[in-house]
Amino acid sequence: MAFDSTICALATPPGVGGLAVVRISGPEAYSVAARVFRPANAAKKVEEQKGYTALFGHSFLRGKALDETVALFFRAPRSYTGEDVVELSCHGGRAVSQGLVQACLEAGAQPAAGGEFTRRALMNGRLGLTQAEAVMDIIGAEGRQGAAMALAVLDGALARRIGGITGELTALSGHLAAWVDFPEEDVPELEAQNLLGSLEKARAQLQTLIDEYGAGAVLRQGVTTAIVGRPNVGKSTLLNLLSGFERAIVTPVAGTTRDVVEQTVVLNDISLNLCDTAGIRTTEDLVEAEGIRRSYQKLNQAGLVLAVFDGSQPPAKEDLELAEACRGRAAIAILNKEDLPLVPGALGEEQLRPCFREVLRLSARDPQSAALLGQAVERVLGTAGLDPEAGILSSRRQLSAALTARDALDAAREAFENGFGYDAVSVCLDDALNALYDLTGQNAGEAVIDEVFEKFCVGK
Amino acid sequence: MNHLGEYQVIVIGAGHAGIEAAHAAAVLGAKTALFTISLDSIGNMPCNPSIGGTAKGTLVREVDALGGLMGLAADATYLQSRMLNRGKGPAVHSLRVQIDRKFYHMYMKKALEDTPGLAIHQAEVVGLEVENGRVKGVYTQLNGHYSADCVVLATGTNLGGKIFVGDAWYSSGPDGQHAATALTENLRALGLPLRRFKTGTPARVHRRSIDFSQLERQPGDPAEELQPFSFLTTQPMRNKVDCYIAYTNPEMHRIIQENIQRSPLYGGMIEGVGPRYCPSIEDKVMRFAEKERHPVFVEPCGENTQEMYLQGLSSSLPEDVQVAMYHAIRGFENLEIMRPAYAIEYDCVDPTSLEATLESKQIRGLYGAGQFNGTSGYEEAAAQGLLAGLNAARQALGKDQLILARHTSYLGTLVDDLVTKGVMDPYRMMTSRSEYRLTLRQDNADERLTPIGREYGLVDEERWERFEASRAIKERELDRLKREKVRLSQLKPLCEAAEVDPGQTAGTAETLLKRPGITYEMIAACIGRGEGVTPMIAGRIETEIKYAGYIARQQKAIREVQRHEATPIPEDFDYSALSGMTLEAREKLSRIRPKNLAQAGRVPGVSPADQGVLAVALLAARRQNEKEGNVPRGTSPEGENHD
Repeated sequence: MAFDSTICALATPPGVGGLAVVRISGPEAYSVAARVFRPANAAKKVEEQKGYTALFGHSFLRGKALDETVALFFRAPRSYTGEDVVELSCHGGRAVSQGLVQACLEAGAQPAAGGEFTRRALMNGRLGLTQAEAVMDIIGAEGRQGAAMALAVLDGALARRIGGITGELTALSGHLAAWVDFPEEDVPELEAQNLLGSLEKARAQLQTLIDEYGAGAVLRQGVTTAIVGRPNVGKSTLLNLLSGFERAIVTPVAGTTRDVVEQTVVLNDISLNLCDTAGIRTTEDLVEAEGIRRSYQKLNQAGLVLAVFDGSQPPAKEDLELAEACRGRAAIAILNKEDLPLVPGALGEEQLRPCFREVLRLSARDPQSAALLGQAVERVLGTAGLDPEAGILSSRRQLSAALTARDALDAAREAFENGFGYDAVSVCLDDALNALYDLTGQNAGEAVIDEVFEKFCVGK
Repeated sequence: MNHLGEYQVIVIGAGHAGIEAAHAAAVLGAKTALFTISLDSIGNMPCNPSIGGTAKGTLVREVDALGGLMGLAADATYLQSRMLNRGKGPAVHSLRVQIDRKFYHMYMKKALEDTPGLAIHQAEVVGLEVENGRVKGVYTQLNGHYSADCVVLATGTNLGGKIFVGDAWYSSGPDGQHAATALTENLRALGLPLRRFKTGTPARVHRRSIDFSQLERQPGDPAEELQPFSFLTTQPMRNKVDCYIAYTNPEMHRIIQENIQRSPLYGGMIEGVGPRYCPSIEDKVMRFAEKERHPVFVEPCGENTQEMYLQGLSSSLPEDVQVAMYHAIRGFENLEIMRPAYAIEYDCVDPTSLEATLESKQIRGLYGAGQFNGTSGYEEAAAQGLLAGLNAARQALGKDQLILARHTSYLGTLVDDLVTKGVMDPYRMMTSRSEYRLTLRQDNADERLTPIGREYGLVDEERWERFEASRAIKERELDRLKREKVRLSQLKPLCEAAEVDPGQTAGTAETLLKRPGITYEMIAACIGRGEGVTPMIAGRIETEIKYAGYIARQQKAIREVQRHEATPIPEDFDYSALSGMTLEAREKLSRIRPKNLAQAGRVPGVSPADQGVLAVALLAARRQNEKEGNVPRGTSPEGENHD
């Protein structure tokens, strides 16, 4: 049985483990892998790799390196699912594994539904009957969960937000259907302005939902945070400030294969998962080169970067390089040692501002600084205006539906602007509606037809 | 009871469904008989004197592509022809023609009379002979008995028909035919799940009483643009009549509102469910009170009659109210009613009791088509009639059944909607009902269906040769357009004349044709016209090139669905054991009994997760069977699914 879609998901339990494996399965598995993974040996080509082989290299998200990665290759039918499969193993840690899944999705893979790898394995004859029963349980459980979610969603704030969008699109689609299916009735032609306006409005609402997904995930799961900077700028002091803030939850978790220690602190209701906190303490004593190397590694893995600078001293070359590396990231510059007298030529805010969304001058020794930092974190992560009760997308599948719908709306606008008929516009609208109605378990086609007869006086 | 004959297929009813059913069955070589209450009502059009329109026009082309009669009859008897929705995109272009009712009837009666192997009987069928859940024959009012292997019910509004005008009502079929009351009692006793629908029709009025100077004239398309329905029609076409448009007004609406309690619909006398898309004028006025006017289309019923049809004014108000409200319309001040508007209630079957072959799940060998299946419209009826007649004949001849998947046709979509989702009100085909409407166009019905019609025995040599020739012309031309370059200098003046941007770069004809506004005719003016390329083929080429991206997307979606269609569900599959599935889904699936995994996913109340559970369970069941060395039941579905 050949599936057309290529799916991917984290195949190891989420959270902090020694290793995280992201599995990609389907006809495009190799080309997806080629887009997110670059072998260290440039002579090797991912797409030409034979089954049962491995390559060492790096994985990338939007051109930026995520982590060292080992890619394992399987060729259909000799794989877990019976399809082409690539498994990318990287070091554990939420930021890296989530970043890698994100990279695969952006490279064209679909998020796998619960039990889908196993289901494909079964369909392709790779599993026995007892395993089949287990799969049915998984899918069924997901179904019940889905139903429960749909119920919750129907009452909930998210349902109202999605309902607002589907309402807008259903009205639009219904109008087009009435206009097309009853050409002799006096159904008013849809003005181009109205059509584009409705499309734009629905798209903006979807985009907001999509943008908030990241911030929502931050509220639910916290954010991997790196504290970086040259030795002796005050990273440890900052860490102590954060750890000691209010009733900070401190949970050291020892990694199994690598010396990773994670510590979670809560700042303005956001969990900051500080990576390699052990490293911070040791780097203070390490030779400078090693400290900087570690800084960059952490920086690349983090969802939030706290870059610490000595604000009383003139900038070192490394400071400026670090600032440059933070450009475009969710990063806050902390000009520490506010309490010390400024040396002439000391590093100033204006030098850092081009690279950072927030620049704070503070003293890590001052307990008041934590509140200041907390507000800056909220602004950078976009959680500042976010009401968790307002209904936000909470799963990858919901996000995927919203992305599909948004892309379909773009296709609808493109069809219209490129002079295609309303028939092309309306099938794109259908795609958008189907993606959204799938979330709430309704049938888009029926909704549109109901709309036609509700709103328009049509018929002989 | 007098035994009078033996047939392989008997068709009950000679409306648009019955005609195609009887014709298809006889063409397939089954010994067939058509029963009608009145030979003078074969192919009657008791409602609007027109054929086609959005989606319906595509159905007519599909009937024609499969070898049916409707398209040829419409081409032979039309009065005026228009292509609707030009400018809204090729997927929704819709041919609609006004028909001469009398000529249409005569054409169809003769066509059936000329069909070899088809007997035609005027007789009212009052009951079915059923034995062990199988139909064996029919009984007539005159104590006659005919045996049959298969029977097609195409009873229209005659089945339990009841006409309402104001507070008056009487048992009747349309246009003075009597109702089939005995048959409906018999079907009920046999346990078929019958329900009551209603529909309505407007008044017929005298031409001389209309002041046409007060109406808008609505001519047909220019002669050079006229297109036939049938892929076989070659005779030149011309329009013979005009239609007109009048408008209702607030004064007329006031008359309706003041008398609304005298409408049997509002007075509660009618229990049948009416079609949403075919509201009576009283419905329109009451539900859309904010609208100040509704259009009324004035259409001639034929060349040899003065009767005019008032499309848009269907009503069941009493005659005196009808007279008053018509007279309030500009141009209708002196209107003479010849036949008043009426509502008609009738019995039909719950179509979820049918297979996608249109065979009853309860009484084997019994098929349904048209209004009996819960649809409305001549075109919907004809299309189902063709499928039901074809499958009845094939069953009688011991051949496999035809199921048309949704993506093959509007006909397939219509049948799938009926048998999978059921209907709440009479079902009308609409373009918005098909998710594949960019692929299911009226211009390519032959490419989609003629090969199937050929394989299943309906398409004759002449149609097949014509089809292959036109397909070859198209392929050759597509190939040529890929190769030949067009000079921009040649194209530019043509584009300027049409106010179209030719683009900056030259390229192949195909590349240029993809650009907005550039037509096949412009390209042909530069590089010459391909041999044999008719306007219809040119349109198809243009659409296929311009819409290639969208069509490819739909093809991908179709392939996804085909995977599930290829997974059959055994007839005796036990859903109750699937604990992973919601109770609602298990109940619905047990009742609908879908044939394959794709259809199961479309049953209302079945979620994608339920479908997933079912997929795994089906596979597990098949493995188990293979392991035990059994030939799995139902792995080759009774109906061949057509992809």
